[in-house]
Amino acid sequence: MSTFDYAPAPESRAVVSIDPAYGLFINGKFVPGKNHFPAINPATGEKLSKISQASTTDVNKAVAAARGAYQKTWSKMPPAERAKYLYRIARILQERAREFAVLETLDNGKPIRESRDVDIPLVAAHFFYHAGWADKLQYAGFGEKPKAHGVVGAIIPWNFPLLMLAWKVAPALATGNTVVLKPAETTSLTALLFAQVCQQAELPAGVVNIVTGDGKVGAALVNHPDVDKIAFTGSTDVGKIIARSVAHSGKSVTLELGGKGANIVFEDAAIDEAVEGIVNGIFFNQGHVCCAGSRLLVQEGIHDEFLEKLKRRMSQIRLGDPMDKNTDIGAINSSDQLAKIKALTAVGTSEGGDVWSPDCVLPTKGFWFPPTIFTGVTQAHRIAREEIFGPVLSVLTFRTPQEAMEKANNTPFGLSAGIWSEKGSRVLWASKHLQAGVIWANTFNKFDPTSPFGGYKESGWGREGGRHGLGAYLKGGDHE
Amino acid sequence: MNTSTIIDGSEASLKNFLRTLPGVDQVGAEARAAMLATRSIKNASKSYAIDLAISMVDLTTLEGADTPGKVRALCSKGLRPDPTDPTVPRVGAICVYNDMVSVARQHLDSIGGQELPIAAVTTAFPSGRASMPVKIQDTEDAIEAGATEIDMVIDRGAFLSGRYGEVFEEIKIIKNICGERAHLKVILETGELVTYDNVRKASYLAMLAGADFIKTSTGKISPAATAPVVLVMLEAVRDFYTMANVRIGVKAAGGIRTTKDAIKQLVLVNETAGPEWLNPTLFRIGASALLNDLLMQRMKMRDGRYASPNYVTID
Repeated sequence: MSTFDYAPAPESRAVVSIDPAYGLFINGKFVPGKNHFPAINPATGEKLSKISQASTTDVNKAVAAARGAYQKTWSKMPPAERAKYLYRIARILQERAREFAVLETLDNGKPIRESRDVDIPLVAAHFFYHAGWADKLQYAGFGEKPKAHGVVGAIIPWNFPLLMLAWKVAPALATGNTVVLKPAETTSLTALLFAQVCQQAELPAGVVNIVTGDGKVGAALVNHPDVDKIAFTGSTDVGKIIARSVAHSGKSVTLELGGKGANIVFEDAAIDEAVEGIVNGIFFNQGHVCCAGSRLLVQEGIHDEFLEKLKRRMSQIRLGDPMDKNTDIGAINSSDQLAKIKALTAVGTSEGGDVWSPDCVLPTKGFWFPPTIFTGVTQAHRIAREEIFGPVLSVLTFRTPQEAMEKANNTPFGLSAGIWSEKGSRVLWASKHLQAGVIWANTFNKFDPTSPFGGYKESGWGREGGRHGLGAYLKGGDHE
Repeated sequence: MNTSTIIDGSEASLKNFLRTLPGVDQVGAEARAAMLATRSIKNASKSYAIDLAISMVDLTTLEGADTPGKVRALCSKGLRPDPTDPTVPRVGAICVYNDMVSVARQHLDSIGGQELPIAAVTTAFPSGRASMPVKIQDTEDAIEAGATEIDMVIDRGAFLSGRYGEVFEEIKIIKNICGERAHLKVILETGELVTYDNVRKASYLAMLAGADFIKTSTGKISPAATAPVVLVMLEAVRDFYTMANVRIGVKAAGGIRTTKDAIKQLVLVNETAGPEWLNPTLFRIGASALLNDLLMQRMKMRDGRYASPNYVTID
């Protein structure tokens, strides 16, 4: 070796054991499934296992199990006892953190550094945090005796499989609901491992049920008459279908949908840290982040210097084997998503955006897309308006703070925004004018269970996390 | 290099220039340094990094108790860190107080170490609290005695009270004395500057005044070469290269005691300033205990097991 190249440092996968095929988790037991489809490692194309496609009958059974558990045990249990189960789950998740991290990376394609340092620690934190709320709900601001909805149908996406499970299951259980969860079609494995954790924690049967499969399973859950509440995270298109489906049904709904977050860099920003923040904002988790900072709004006076620094920094991004501890960008989750990213970037080029990617060798197997930026983008470009959900950044400029606010808000979405400035008054001013549920100042993509998360406009209804997030799982709470 | 287009050396021009530097966000800089500390360096890259780190060590003794015997032993160690293994590279330099320079030079010349640089700490190291004639004489003496590198300290009092012109002038005077005879390393003593904004300003001030290297610390103040401080200094030399087309070196000194610490520093260099800086002419690590840990780890990589510490010499 004559240069300081980093030798491969792969995490061992010996810590996980994957079954050749999985069934469904209903009423505390794994039951055999049917119509299996493959679970693919997106980084290699390797078949990891087979996942079953739940039928309407399976969904009915799962909902019935959840209803039974709600009526017989969970709603009658003293809240402090519920908390014990949540604490127990949290501790088991911490003990088995490496197993979950490795499995998440194999199934999802995200770098092990992120599943190990971000996803799984946050999952445990969500259970610990909500365990604490279980017996203190009367102090949460939802009345003296806040009541659970009953059966929650939770439908989650593939970008943060276990974390999105935690965002739904932890508050649902803490507030006294039972759950039927449908993981995303391409990322069911950690949810099924979580089912084992429920057994290990001796969670009463039926409190958590997991049905796998495609959108038809989700639709059956959404339309099921005995489900009291739907909690969905996913695309705005599907969110709209769900909103229409539950209209007039009396079901409560929370939706965490898409975004086109603006990351706004003022000329008085701490430039090096802003560059880091932009990189983190769009390339974290391959850009498969609903709150990604997918639009960079940079003040014209520093545009050239900033782009030069951004490109240099992007050249250092390490793309490759997600199991390597030094990998920064892993695989795109599925061939469908890769096709969507390719299609939208092709539109970006045809509309006249200047596309740039650093030199990087993409692996030959699996689904890959290089970190990419488009410069010379305007509000009229589709890549400035539509969610790409991949490692693609659109760069726009502004001249005055007012113009930055107008451009940032000129989108049907309103999930996240970032402000980069060393001037405190400017940060506070901008945060008042931005229409986004989460606004980060001089940082980006920071999550904590104590902090509510959710969107304005077409980015969703309701909040998850924090005191506000409890309301989504309590009667009357989501109108707060 | 022509920095006169950037500043004319006056207090006002320095202040104006330093004011244009972007701030450093503390949280962001520390997060970046922490992320880079998670890099996992294994196998061939670890072996490469260990040898590179050995060749970058400024093997140092700066004690009131230093004696000619101690300094001679240090020189022997620096030239042949592992007497049983000639493939171990020599260290980057031997670093001593100026009264020990002649001892070191004579000993090195007598054992075949003519090429091994000797660094002397001067300008009333470590505090820098002396009159200018004393600082000048301190430096003259060291070079006369055979020092090829001068590690000067800046006047932190002047810097913290905003008298940038004074700091700048002092560095320029010492640089003139060094001329072609010695490389100049300027110690910022970042533990006394405290904020990363100050570290960035002082880095530029030293580079504009003619430093060949900017160095974190004296080793007498804690904290010393923390990862975020080194990160900020590496960003400064990287951006100074863009601005003035000259590569300034960085020396991280103080608190780097283990191979793990040293490799983290190399990762910082690699991913901040870039691989061009991964060279003893542009990056040094000021240390004493570190060398033995590097040697222990080197044996471990070679033999597949840890040897008794008695296989590493204690000089």
